[in-house]
Amino acid sequence: MPEPGTGRGDQLLTVDGVRVAIGGGRTEAVHGVSFEVRRGEAVGIVGESGSGKTLVCRSVLGVLAPGCAVTAGTIDFAGTSLVGLPRRAWEQLRGTRISAVFQDPASYLNPSQTVGHQLAEQLRVKVGKPRREARTAAVALFDAMGLHEPERVYHQYPHELSGGMLQRVVLAIAVSGEPELLVADEATTALDVTIQAEVLELLGRLRRERGLAVLAVSHDLAVIAELCDRVLVFYAGELVETGPTAEVLDSPRHPYTEALLRVASVGDWDRRTPDVIDGEPPPVGAEIRGCRFADRCDFAAPQCRSGPVPLTEQAPDRAVRCVRASEIALSGAGAIGAGAAV
Amino acid sequence: MTNTDLADTDLADTDLADTELTDDGRATTGRAATGVAATGVGDTGTGTVAVPQTELLRVEGLGLSFPRPGGGRRVRVLDDVDLSVRAGELVGVIGETGSGKTTLARAIAGLGAPDAGRVLLDGVDISRLRGRAQRDFRRSGALQFVFQDPLRALDPDLTIGASIAEGLAITGTGTRASRAEQVSDALRRVGLDPAVADRLPAQISGGQRQRASIARAVIGRPRLLLCDEPVSALDASNRNHILRLLDGLRRQLEVGIVLISHDLSSLAGIADRVVVLYRGRVVEDGPIADVFSRPQHPYTALLIASAPSVRRQDRLDPASLRPAAGADPGADSDSDGAARRSAGGCVFAHRCRFATHACAETPPRRAVAGRPAGEWAAACHHVETWRDQVTGSTAILKESSA
Repeated sequence: MPEPGTGRGDQLLTVDGVRVAIGGGRTEAVHGVSFEVRRGEAVGIVGESGSGKTLVCRSVLGVLAPGCAVTAGTIDFAGTSLVGLPRRAWEQLRGTRISAVFQDPASYLNPSQTVGHQLAEQLRVKVGKPRREARTAAVALFDAMGLHEPERVYHQYPHELSGGMLQRVVLAIAVSGEPELLVADEATTALDVTIQAEVLELLGRLRRERGLAVLAVSHDLAVIAELCDRVLVFYAGELVETGPTAEVLDSPRHPYTEALLRVASVGDWDRRTPDVIDGEPPPVGAEIRGCRFADRCDFAAPQCRSGPVPLTEQAPDRAVRCVRASEIALSGAGAIGAGAAV
Repeated sequence: MTNTDLADTDLADTDLADTELTDDGRATTGRAATGVAATGVGDTGTGTVAVPQTELLRVEGLGLSFPRPGGGRRVRVLDDVDLSVRAGELVGVIGETGSGKTTLARAIAGLGAPDAGRVLLDGVDISRLRGRAQRDFRRSGALQFVFQDPLRALDPDLTIGASIAEGLAITGTGTRASRAEQVSDALRRVGLDPAVADRLPAQISGGQRQRASIARAVIGRPRLLLCDEPVSALDASNRNHILRLLDGLRRQLEVGIVLISHDLSSLAGIADRVVVLYRGRVVEDGPIADVFSRPQHPYTALLIASAPSVRRQDRLDPASLRPAAGADPGADSDSDGAARRSAGGCVFAHRCRFATHACAETPPRRAVAGRPAGEWAAACHHVETWRDQVTGSTAILKESSA
């Protein structure tokens, strides 16, 4: 269960008006995104493939692929501006104050070194522990990650471990520098459902015990629902709705959020027809005058297409990008599950 | 003669090698009359739609082993697996990595060498086909496979249309023009614009590619479709599009579908029955609404409790189903766990909170109390009692309101 976030005004990460261009700067894929992550808070970005969620999270980590760049906006991490930060300064941040876990843990580990060696090396280089101490700390950290027989795991190579164990190893390396922010990009997507639940529990425990803030990215709203205090819904490179997770799930204000809820794993085993969102998202970089979701929206009206739709704050921490938000009635997670049963 | 379209042949009555080959008269209605006795499994009254009674596929006691790298005892990948699919029925096979679900699908398709059991399609043991009989069966297209990754399953250098028509071209079915017409029909059937036929796999989206590979599978009017994780590479909306498509196809074409998934929610909306595999053994099988609302095996219960949900109520904490002693030996380490468990014991015992000394012996699959044999069964020594040991168990395990 997500812990309640700390109060406002304790920002750790502030993303403001960030635009990201891909394809050598010609195509804009993220159109001015703003949000913040407070100390100890878990914030989740959810959206379809191509919504820009991974670009935003890579911008925060300073690891955009070649040809991609932040063209406007600022990213502030505890007083340090991350856009255009020199490489040497990144070395002081990544792995110690900001760290990350991704979908495929095996590809982030060296296959020819034992996992214990790799964690101990991180503890020596990034934390500055002497060799012997690093080894003891590594075993303790594996134990804290819920790895059984940590002494044995220490001497194993990545290929000897299952996907769930590898993700625990990668998490151990990620938190070894006592980071303030952990970026988790589809970190549990490739795992079996039983192991996914264990890794989500582990992330929750790390937050409680270490005061770790988490920026999670997933295409699965249910995973974000399990992990995060607040949710950011992305569509076609824009933030379309944000709010405390429970509020957004119970009473979505944007038709796209409602559609995502309908197609998400509603945890309801009654026989029913799987819901779909008709149509395709607009191509990346498409010039759209009005609402980017209008073509797929059941509530679209002429005013939706007449001009840019602003993200409107409705309450503290609660905002939606829909001109008809106040006049349309949408169903929350509870109503959808019960209503759709056949 | 190369035309081996079996659409109208009666596999039950004829040896496949000697099957009288018919031309292109593909009346789907002719298929339902295939002369195999119904198994007598009635509608369960659990909200499942009426399903044809004709048994199409019957897997009996299937066993398969792989050699262990570096020698030693062979790894038992499938052990005494039973599975039955009726025409037009959609059966889900669920299990985690290493449970043997892909091996099972491959063994049914004749890709793999079972060392025990039989695979009967319309009463003919297709696992014993060799040589010409095997080739003729394969060319008949009666059984088709849909893979997880359509980008790898479709030839990147062939247009979608050429890929879909390939099977027909190889068997020389119809003229070039009539094949093009069939390709258009198949594309429309899976909800794609026939113009997609001229594109390459890399030029269309992931969801469209999976539709194209389904079109490729159904163009020859198969009787059985084996789908191995067809939606796990897709996002939620595309996933549901494909699931709806499969659900529609089995009704329209009366094709039996085995849908393999690690994701329970993919199956919840469309499958009639579910088979839960763990380490190569069937631990539970039954009507999906029953299994998901009142799982009989602790592993099924753990799978359901672990599935993330956008709704919070009625959830059992998955931790209450795991062994109490925190981290568990080999919980997610396949080889080690398998080596550690005593030979012949319950495959799930090492991860089971409710395991006792009785679990050193393999539990038989027994019908759930009050249900006829073959409808709903679980392989657990503690079916009757494990639920009482879960605190707060009433929430998830109560009967569904539907």
